[in-house]
Amino acid sequence: MIPNNFEYIRANSVQEALQLLSQKGDGARLLAGGHSLIPAMKLRLNAPETVIDISGIQELASIRRDGDRLHIGALVTHRTVETSDEVKSSCPVLSEAAALIGDPLVRNRGTIGGSLAHCDPAADYPALTLCLGAEIEATGPSGSRTIAADDFFVGMFETALQSGEMITRVTFPVLGKGTGAAYEKFSHPASRFAVVGVAAMVTLDGGGNCNSVRVAITGAGPSVFRATKVEQALTG
Amino acid sequence: MGHSIKVTVNGVTHEATVEPRMLLVQFLREVLLLTGTHIGCDTSQCGACTVLVDGVATKSCTMFAVQADGKEITTIEGLAANGDLHPLQKAFWEEHGLQCGFCTPGVIMSSYDFLKRNPNPTEEEIRHALEGNYCRCTGYQNIVKAVKKAAQSMS
Ligand SMILES: Cc1cc2nc3c(=O)[nH]c(=O)nc-3n(C[C@H](O)[C@H](O)[C@H](O)COP(=O)(O)OP(=O)(O)OC[C@H]3O[C@@H](n4cnc5c(N)ncnc54)[C@H](O)[C@@H]3O)c2cc1C
Ligand code: FES
Ligand code: FES
Repeated sequence: MIPNNFEYIRANSVQEALQLLSQKGDGARLLAGGHSLIPAMKLRLNAPETVIDISGIQELASIRRDGDRLHIGALVTHRTVETSDEVKSSCPVLSEAAALIGDPLVRNRGTIGGSLAHCDPAADYPALTLCLGAEIEATGPSGSRTIAADDFFVGMFETALQSGEMITRVTFPVLGKGTGAAYEKFSHPASRFAVVGVAAMVTLDGGGNCNSVRVAITGAGPSVFRATKVEQALTG
Repeated sequence: MGHSIKVTVNGVTHEATVEPRMLLVQFLREVLLLTGTHIGCDTSQCGACTVLVDGVATKSCTMFAVQADGKEITTIEGLAANGDLHPLQKAFWEEHGLQCGFCTPGVIMSSYDFLKRNPNPTEEEIRHALEGNYCRCTGYQNIVKAVKKAAQSMS
């Protein structure tokens, strides 16, 4: 199926992408890995007037550890998160979860920034970001701000991003001693999206009691959410 | 609204003007007449359209032709060299890795990318690697055998 026609512009830097976003207004859409946007355009569920291709912006494609923080650029693909040695050692649950997204071809192109911005109610990364207490860096015409995952996911396909803003990176905690995390997913056999996915992070104190617990669930509501009653029941 | 693009496909560089909405798979099939790459769905799921973009297996129905500007594409037509089938193609033939053949070009292009990264895979790894390629005929058994055989003959 063929999408509606549109104007195509390639942005070579964040600066350029932001300028284009403000110039073109609400009719514009960013194109990252294209694995949510293009299928929606083919079905004409989405028909942007302008598509701003950010997939070539190198500055958004790197992974960097800085002390106890792991910074992942918005354009890092699911495949890279799955295979990165840095992610495997700093936050292994993230690469385990990335390996469960769609299929290898989807993972070759889909990006973490695209997945979070799209905010599909059955997507995997929202559960991981929320459970791990990650921070999303949003950059707009007046600079960057940090949005806690707890405030980012607003509803079905709806996030706290303002118009004119884009995600530039996502920062995860490095999981230290005493902290463990896991992601369990029941995949839809055809689409491989989560029928339900549960991410949990537990920190034990010296005596083996649960100091803190965070549980996030995807696929079972209009948007990802924290299972606060489960968290309360497990703490202590 | 046309964009001039320069794309290298199977080693040959093509220049063309395309509408932004033209999908890479349409460009390959309708402009270059390389009809070995198939279209099996409208939902980016089946993998029949898989090609290599700068060496990475990609669903060519989920990328615009204009995005291929400056890139190197390999399709199923680009695998045989000097009239000899590629070891993957040979193995699919010998192991009966296809029935109707509709999914086969995509399965082979995915396997090509996979074997480059994992030259000596287990059966389970092969099955995981092909999760993005649907086959409605074979039940996958002979596809897996063919990929295994190709891996052995390539190593
Ligand atoms: C067959 C199939 C199976 C899939 N299975 C799964 C699955 O199991 N689990 C899962 O989680 N996902 C799944 N997906 C979705 C996949 O992970 C997408 O890659 C992801 O949702 C979107 O990322 P993208 O880079 O492709 O974004 P795009 O499609 O390029 O963009 C998606 C949206 O985000 C916006 N956007 C992109 N980047 C930014 C940015 N940096 N800042 C602000 N806005 C931005 C775009 O404007 C657009 O509105 C599947 C997709 C397919 C086709
Ligand atoms: S035609 Fe089905 S995934 Fe491309
Ligand atoms: S051989 Fe017919 S779909 Fe695979």
